[in-house]
Amino acid sequence: MAVNIIVCVKQVIDPEAPPSSFKVDEAAKKVVPPSGVPPVINPFDENAVEAALRIKDAQGGKITVLSLGINLLREVVKKPLSMGADALILLEDEAFAGGDSWSNAHALAMAIKKIGAYDLIFCGRQAADWDDGQVGSGIAEILGLPSVTVARKIEVADGKARVERVTAEGCEVIEVSLPALITVSNELGVARYPTIKGIMAAKKIEPIVWKPADIGLEPAQIGAVGRKVNLEKLYQPVHEGKCELIEGESPEEAGVNLALKLREAKLL
Amino acid sequence: MAEYRGIMVHAESAEGKLAAIATELLGCGRRLADDLGEELSAVIVGCGISGLAREALAFGADKVYIVDDALLPDYQTDAYVPVLEKVVRQVRPSILLIGQTSIGRDLAPRLAFRLETTATMDCIELAIDPGSKRLLRTKPVYGGNARAVFTSELNPQIATVRTKAMTPLEPDKSRKGEVVTIEAGLDPAAVRTRVLEKVQQEVEGISLEAAEMVVSGGRGIGSAEGFKQLEELAGLLKGAIGASRPPCDNGWVPDVLQIGLTGKIVVPDLYIAVALSGSSQHMAGCSGCKNIVAINKDPEANIFREARFGVVGDWKKVLPAFTEKVRELRAG
Repeated sequence: MAVNIIVCVKQVIDPEAPPSSFKVDEAAKKVVPPSGVPPVINPFDENAVEAALRIKDAQGGKITVLSLGINLLREVVKKPLSMGADALILLEDEAFAGGDSWSNAHALAMAIKKIGAYDLIFCGRQAADWDDGQVGSGIAEILGLPSVTVARKIEVADGKARVERVTAEGCEVIEVSLPALITVSNELGVARYPTIKGIMAAKKIEPIVWKPADIGLEPAQIGAVGRKVNLEKLYQPVHEGKCELIEGESPEEAGVNLALKLREAKLL
Repeated sequence: MAEYRGIMVHAESAEGKLAAIATELLGCGRRLADDLGEELSAVIVGCGISGLAREALAFGADKVYIVDDALLPDYQTDAYVPVLEKVVRQVRPSILLIGQTSIGRDLAPRLAFRLETTATMDCIELAIDPGSKRLLRTKPVYGGNARAVFTSELNPQIATVRTKAMTPLEPDKSRKGEVVTIEAGLDPAAVRTRVLEKVQQEVEGISLEAAEMVVSGGRGIGSAEGFKQLEELAGLLKGAIGASRPPCDNGWVPDVLQIGLTGKIVVPDLYIAVALSGSSQHMAGCSGCKNIVAINKDPEANIFREARFGVVGDWKKVLPAFTEKVRELRAG
């Protein structure tokens, strides 16, 4: 029984870039992208693509990847295609810039309505820029769908999804009727690498680009204009603290000296 | 149109008591309520939870709303969202505080969209703007590399609060207040999910969140076998082991040991970070600890910017010697 899945992905500043390269322009309330570090697909969204590919491997179906943003690098947003997804739709327009979870969820929901038929929508649990974790649930609420968040495993049978949801103690197993929206967490497992075959196939797929008018968005609902929450301030916390490095003639001696130092500091 | 007024806290419970996060939210809520000169209420949702009202009053609530229903023992989105919606529409709080927990992360966004208002997630500071009287919500962003402050004109102003970020009041059993029952009024057919099973990942020894000492390992540990050395040290210190994300993703340790932005938040007296780079996402889980000790062979590793003491060296050589010395010092 083929399962058609829409996966929402977001292009973000690489969260693995060293913290020392991170800079904020406080006046503009924006992050200065680190030079020489290309953006990436949000890591949790890669887990979402992986979740979709596992279902496609098992049961067949079409995976449509959807991404909203500006200055979307084709080599970045096409990665899910190289992993094995079938189609790519981009909501790319200057007007989409500066949105919050409201305006972004709204745009993505309208695009999903235009895509039409689907059994499942997958999102990463949160994006590595704003760390908000609301857009997935927001899309589900706008579309009137049931949602299950932070999934580590998803299986589909008989018009239902069986989802293992991460909890503080381990997990809970939830059954949800389709269509549904599920957000995916890293506990699902490492996302597969693109294959050569996948990269070649992805080269041939042209992304479809939709503008706000294509998906019936009113200007007042889009991007920065459509925000419901105000960003008052963006800043880097001041870093105090100095690390006392403990040395030794050998690593072993340093280890011994560390223990002695901690005893002296009354920490042991 | 009636105005929105007062602070409300969603008070989670577990095993017949208020959860620690509930007491923390009440402590924070009390401060905000006193600042605004408004009332603090708690809403407790579940099955068989009516007895918890007294505890909520003791921890600072002026009023407690109880929604006790046979359909509510386990959290489910389609059950809790309409219940909280009903309570909010009846009580009309200006501010609603929810824990950044397994429940809160699911409940708050869906509820915010249902109420056509906004939520700010994972707040570490909350304050009232002296001019506008609106809630200033401060949260870490970009994995913790930056902080953002948000406000919104919409009501209720919803914020989820990071665990251990706020301080509870000393409970005062003599505090009195009103307890109000609200009927859940749920249609079972409207709940589109079923909880089939709950699974607890077995972890031996002391729980991470209770431990006063934590020994944590990162990608550099390299294997499940490597973590046994950390377990040995943790055992000596009567502490717990934890990990950053890569060891969990690689299956070297159970996922429940993940410390970080989307994992556990811990505030032990001593945090020993072994072969762990100290990414911002990981530090979000342990930066409350004043005594971080780092062992890492990379002198540029971010952990050395966060630690109080450190050794630059190969953990495979440093740690065994460290552990032996600790054993000797403890025995003497």
